[in-house]
Formats: sequence, structure tokens, C-alpha cells
Amino acid sequence: MKTLFDHAAREGVGGLFPTCDVPAKAPADVLGPGLVRTNAPRIPNLSEGDVARHYTALSKLNYGVDDGIYPLGSCTMKYNPKLNEDAARLPGFATLHPRVDEALAQGSLGLLFELTEILKSISGMPGVTLQPVAGAHGELLGMFLFKRYFETRGEPGRTRILLPDSAHGTNPASAAVAGFSVTEIRSNDRGTVDLDVLRAELDSTVAGVMLTVPNTLGIFEENILEVTRAVHDAGGLCYFDGANLNSFIGRARPGDMGADVFHFNLHKTLSTPHGGGGPGAGAVAVSAPLVDFLPVPWIARTREGYRLDWEHAASVGSIHGFYGNFLVAVRAYTYLLQLGDAGLRAVSENAVLNANYLQERLKKTYRLPYDRLCKHEFVLSGEGLPNHISTLDVAKRLIDYGVHPPTVYFPLIVHEALMIEPTETEGRESLDRFAEILETIAREAREQPELLRDAPTSAPVRRLDQTQAARNPVLTYPFAEARAS
Amino acid sequence: MLDAVGRRDVEELFSDIPSEVLARFEPTGLEPKSELEVQDAVRRAADSNRAMDMVSLLGGGIYDHYSPSIVGHIVGRSEFYTAYTPYQPEISQGTLTAMFEFQTLVCELTGMQISNASMYDGATALAEAALMADRLRKRRRVAVAANLLPQFRRVLQTYAWAAGIELVEVPYDASGRGAWDQIPGNVSGLIVQSPNAFGVIESLDGLKAQLGDALLIVATYPIALGLLESPGALGADVVVGEGQCLGLPMGFGGPLLGLFATKMEYLRQLPGRVAGRTVDADGKTGYTMAAQTREQHIRRERATSNICTNSALCALAATVYLASVGAAGLRHVAELNLAKAHYLAEGVRRIKGFRLAFDAPFFNEFIVRPTEPARVVRARLEDAGFLVEDPAELEALGVENALRVAVTERRSRGELDRALAVMGGAK
Repeated sequence: MKTLFDHAAREGVGGLFPTCDVPAKAPADVLGPGLVRTNAPRIPNLSEGDVARHYTALSKLNYGVDDGIYPLGSCTMKYNPKLNEDAARLPGFATLHPRVDEALAQGSLGLLFELTEILKSISGMPGVTLQPVAGAHGELLGMFLFKRYFETRGEPGRTRILLPDSAHGTNPASAAVAGFSVTEIRSNDRGTVDLDVLRAELDSTVAGVMLTVPNTLGIFEENILEVTRAVHDAGGLCYFDGANLNSFIGRARPGDMGADVFHFNLHKTLSTPHGGGGPGAGAVAVSAPLVDFLPVPWIARTREGYRLDWEHAASVGSIHGFYGNFLVAVRAYTYLLQLGDAGLRAVSENAVLNANYLQERLKKTYRLPYDRLCKHEFVLSGEGLPNHISTLDVAKRLIDYGVHPPTVYFPLIVHEALMIEPTETEGRESLDRFAEILETIAREAREQPELLRDAPTSAPVRRLDQTQAARNPVLTYPFAEARAS
Repeated sequence: MLDAVGRRDVEELFSDIPSEVLARFEPTGLEPKSELEVQDAVRRAADSNRAMDMVSLLGGGIYDHYSPSIVGHIVGRSEFYTAYTPYQPEISQGTLTAMFEFQTLVCELTGMQISNASMYDGATALAEAALMADRLRKRRRVAVAANLLPQFRRVLQTYAWAAGIELVEVPYDASGRGAWDQIPGNVSGLIVQSPNAFGVIESLDGLKAQLGDALLIVATYPIALGLLESPGALGADVVVGEGQCLGLPMGFGGPLLGLFATKMEYLRQLPGRVAGRTVDADGKTGYTMAAQTREQHIRRERATSNICTNSALCALAATVYLASVGAAGLRHVAELNLAKAHYLAEGVRRIKGFRLAFDAPFFNEFIVRPTEPARVVRARLEDAGFLVEDPAELEALGVENALRVAVTERRSRGELDRALAVMGGAK
């Protein structure tokens, strides 16, 4: 793979910027000694054509949602409508500086206000902020809100967060960044929260629980109301990780299940693209006791128009430089406008139907540790595959068939986990093809296991040496080495 | 499909949700709309942002820079923007190679040894830097220059409160620069922004030596680094910054791009994702996520940060921007900013009674002190089609009756002359 730095520099390129139309200044004269850079950064000067070809070549080494099914459990990689992209690129939105006078930004402030209202309605919760820019950022805000709530109530001794053993890694990490300690609670043999284990932990040191609903096995916590009631009775709060909202959007609301904080992943449920790892958006909804603590500024509607409201003394403060990922909010808003209530209901219906369809079919070929109605995703296990074939081998073989592998080795409570989330945007043809490929791979595991062990062989690279990457980290381009050769 | 899953009706698929919960459900009231109707609706909203047709003199960390056409075209390729985090490196070499290039470019600009693959924005990158410094030095105190941009300060304050870290302020002197003779002792780090909230370039010479083992954290403005000495060369231990200026739209303040670079010796404490070079089973060069044992999906509550989703596509935009302008173009842009801002500043000094609030060197942004009330001058500029910031933000920093103005390469001499005329009283 050639990097940018491997391309030969060109003479006479440029033309992007005009010549200076004011008297030029010698930097050293203007700035005085010591401030002007002595070594230029090593960035080659290339033509636009060189740059276009280099990054087009790189793009072809990727796999995106437009290439095919992307069944990553917990990630909700649904198709991203192109209209949303066009909306985010409208000059009125894209060129807006965050410090403009509110009167000059009414379109954007109004959109943020309306999206906030829609998300309140979807969650069934009275307060929403759009400031968090990722799911984990929403979790972190949630933990800040917990902390401020107990500070305000004079209960600083509530320093523990309870987490099911099936939780996403960001949950414990977010709790820790906010200064909480984490206690893991074991799931029962149905894959859900064990109420007795939970109750035994609930004491006056517990700030609350972080739950994923449905959980990361794709199973809805049937006892969700008992769980949240138990936590509330013990004086704690309930955080709901919204990664799996796709499974019940448009037909049930976290506010009706006892959630105190719920985060939306706009880049999952509301179809804003993932961008190869971001930017996302992690709007947070809260229950009535937490509303006053939401980060500033709030977006307020007044008789004179929309404005930014900074006057909330109880607020935890700000968690982002401005108002969150506005252009991601534009995409989500556009998506919601188009769907409406009927569309939202169809999202959860088809997401759950597609997952159950695949689960029913694939459990005949792969082990299904929790064989029950699933929501939008389910978890198979690669345990017991013949010839010591692992889940990783299956995943890599999928690549040879031109399909993105599911999430693997998560959740941690299933050995050799293969976590599959088809999403609602796959049709039956696509689901059948994916199932057929997995069935073929299971047959290959028996008959030609080397095909799996050597996989992938058709991708731009074969399996990468992770040990070398860890032991001898090369994290920037080795200019000296390149010069020597 | 229902038959295949052995269910009579759709409702049966949701029979595991408690009936009480289902019964309480209320819809949003939104009617479905066609693509055509939605496009009209969002266009109307965008067009009602009246700022669109005005000339920007706004700055303070977000700037109206030019982004070459190619940047939007590359990040608009769906192979990039619809891909997930590169957990499957064999089919993510495009994203991973670009991450590796981005890390290299950030190190080249900042003069540091390692960089992560991005953070949410400059403000959260700074907050993470403070947390990292305190993980390393554990003094529960971090010093912070008072002339830090308020959006950085606000976020830092929230994170520090939650982590139990005390922030101790270092005042600025009459020139607008940090008063480095007043840095308190026993701190895990010192936070400096350069150019700072007044646009003033700080003097970092000798600062690291003064700090001892406390970390010198510098928040920077990447375009300025086309011209200014890199913080790394001046002794910084951590360099953070807002990367919006590198080809990203201002987007009403998001998505932005947090830069985070440091020294190799702090790799194990680095927050966020990192790409590394390795080889595949055939010995061919490839890229993968490296040093993952610091991250939340492996280390959980002992991770160096909770960050997962970051600003990958924005980092790609910055990478393509820098590849397009090259070292020569970056220097050219920086020089244009310097020349044009100084042209405007000289003009301001010639307006009777007007002066600059600070006389230390600046890059493309400075503080105007008018003879009239700053709000009157601002209103006059706005009426004439110029966007200028509300003086309230400077007042909160202790600078009364003043306007912050920023000038980028996009401003023409004609626009600047017109702005000067309006400042001086023309309507």
C-alpha cells in the first residue's frame, strides 16, 4: 500500500490559492525572532490528479454499506439514504460559524430544537441534549449527570456502577472516566439480568446501573420493569445504552421502562453514516429529576425566535466545544422527517423480523447458545466447529465471499461469539445469500478447513501480524528508512 | 417471512416487551414524507440561516478557510463514509492507511512523535490531555492559562470536575500572553493555547524547563503551524488542537476534529485509536489498529479513555486537505492569513482612536479596541454584511469593550477595506 509520502513530489503544482492582494509580509519581520518555523513539515507537493488517484485507490480497499450487507452486531450498519448527505452539505448549514448571532442562524437552531422535541417523543423522556458526539460520549455525559445528581442530593457515597457482564466495553470505561467504580453482575442462564444477583448488590454505595436494552445478546430484558424498580427503590438511577434502539423504535419507549438516562446513537439507529469510525452523534434523553443538569447551552424557543440558553446553574457544564455534531443532527432529522411514525414502526418490525429469520435458519448450522425470540440481533457461537476452526476463521472466510463479517468475540459471555445484526434495510435476497455463504463456510470447515485457516486470500491483504504491530509499533511514516532505501 | 420464523403476526415478535410498556407508547405525530418534500423542507431551513450570504470575520477556534474541491469529493466516496471502524483490517486498508497518514501529518505539523487517529474536537482533546497528564503525574492539579478559548475551558472544567482534578489559573499579562512567572507548583501539567483566545502567539521558550516533570500541554491552530515553530520543537509534551481549519466545513460547530499528539514514551497512556504498520501472512505491508490494549473494548474500566467512535471521516478530510496543499501550499495559506490579518490590523490602527488591545505578535486574529461601544461597531458591521462576534465572550475573559476579528485567506482586500470603512463610521 503506497502512502501519500511514497509519491514523488511535483514541481509547479499549486493554484489553489490566489496571490496576495495586500502588501506581503516577511513572517520573521512581523513576528520577531524565534516564532517562525525552521523545518517545513514533510508533506509532498502533489498535483490534484495525484491526490485523486491516491485516495480513490485507497477507497477501493474499503468495504462500505453501499458494497453489501454489513451485519455487525451492536453497530446497526443500515443503508444511509443519500438525501441525508445532500442535506448536510447545503451551504446554509455547512458554512455556518458557531459564533454567529442567533438571529442569523434561525434555520439551524430551529432544526436542533425540533430534533430535540422529536427525540423526547421517541424516548418518552422530558429532556434531551444533542451535545454528545458519540455513543460513548453520551454514556460519559450520563455518568456526569449521575454524579451531579448525587452531589446535589448530598449522597457522594454513591460511587459504584453496576453493569451486566454482557455490557459494551465503553460502559465500564465511561463510568471510570467519570470517577465511578464498576461492579459486574452475572447474567442468568436465559441471558438476562439475574434479579437476585442485582438486588444483593443494591446498597447505599450504588449510584446506578448501566443496561443495554435489548441486551447485547439481542434479548429483551423481560423483567425490565422489575429491574428498574429495584434500582429506583434502592435510591439508584438507571442508564440505558441505546445502541439497540433499532429493535423497538416506534413501538416502545425507554421512558416507559424506567430509564433515567438514555443515549441515542444517531449514527446507528437514525442512519447517519459511520464514516470509518466517526463522526457520530450520541444525543442523550433524561428523566425529570435530571433535566436541570443537562449540559449548556440548551436550545430554547422564545417569542422572538430560537436562542442558545446558557442560564442553567445546576448544569454539569459543557462536554463539547459547541452544540454537538450539528451536521450529523441534520442527517438524522432528514431521516426522521422522511420516515414519520409509520416508517419508524416499520424499522423495528423489519429489523426484528430479519434477525429472527436469519437466527432460525442459521441455528441449524451453528450453535445458538440462547435459543429464543431475538430482537434486532442474535449471537451464534463458533464453538465446536470441526478441525479446530475458530470464529475468527469463519469471519475471515466471509471476506473471501465479499461479505463483511459480523462482530466477533463479543459479547464476552458467549465463547467464540458471532454477533449478527442484519438491520431492516436488507431484503430477503440479501439475507438468503448471507445465510448460504455461512452454510457453505460451515461445510468448508468440515471438508476443506485450510480454506478458512488461510482466509482471506482475495482481500487487498491477508491476515495481518498483530504481534509485530504491538511489539514494534510503527505509528508514523518512517521517513528515515524510506530515504535509506 | 413471518411464516419462516414461525410467528403468526408482527406483534408476536415483540411479545417479550412488557405489555404495560407497549400500552404506554405514544407516537411522535410525524407523518411520513416523500424525498422531494423533505428536501424542500431542509433546504428552506438551511436558506433561512441569514449568515450564509455574509462575510465572516469570526474566529475563536473555528475559521472560514478554503477547502479545495477535491476534499469533499474524496470524503464523499461511500467506500469511506459508509464504512465502519476498521476492526476487520483486511477490508479496511483504505481507512487504516489514511489513519496512518493522518497520524504522520499531525506529527509533522506539531513536531511530536505519535498521534492518535482523532478525537471529537479540540476541546475534548484538551480535556483528555489534562486527564492523561494527571494519570502520569497524579498531583490532582493542573494549571491552565486564563487566555484559553472559552469553549476549551468549559469542556476542560466539566471533565476535570468529574475526575476530581483541580484547575489552577495562570493569568495573562498586558501584552495578552501568559504570565509564566506565576505558574503554581505541584501540578501535573500546564495548559497553554497558542495562538491564544486573543490571537496572540505565546512565547514557549524555556517554559518546559521551568515546569520540571509537569507536562507542557499546548493547544494549537494547525494552519498557523504552516508558518509557526512547532510546539514539539519548543518543548511540548502533548499537543492538541482543533483541526476544523484543515478542510472541514464550519458546520455550526460540528463535526469537528480533535488532534492529539505526544511523545513515544507516553504511548501506553495515549487515549483513542491508533493505526500501525505491520505485515500480512505473505510479508506484504499493511495497516491495522495498534496498541489496542489501551482501549475500552479490551481494557474496559482500566482503559485510557472511553472514546470509541471518533472523527475518522474528518481526519480523512484533513489528510486529503494537507495532501492537496502540500508543504508549500500550507506555508502559502499561512502567509496569506498573516499578511491579510496584519493589513486589517494596520488599517484599524489608522482609524482615529481605535487600537489593538494587545501588542504581542499575532497570526490571523486580533482584538480591536474601538473608541465607540464595541456593540455599536459590531451592529454597524453586521448591517453592512460582516459577521463579527458578540463582545460578551471577551468580557468574560476580562477584556472590556473589544471585538475579536479573524482574517483568513478567503478575505479579499476589497472586503477588508470595506470592513475598515464601516468600523470607521461608514454605513
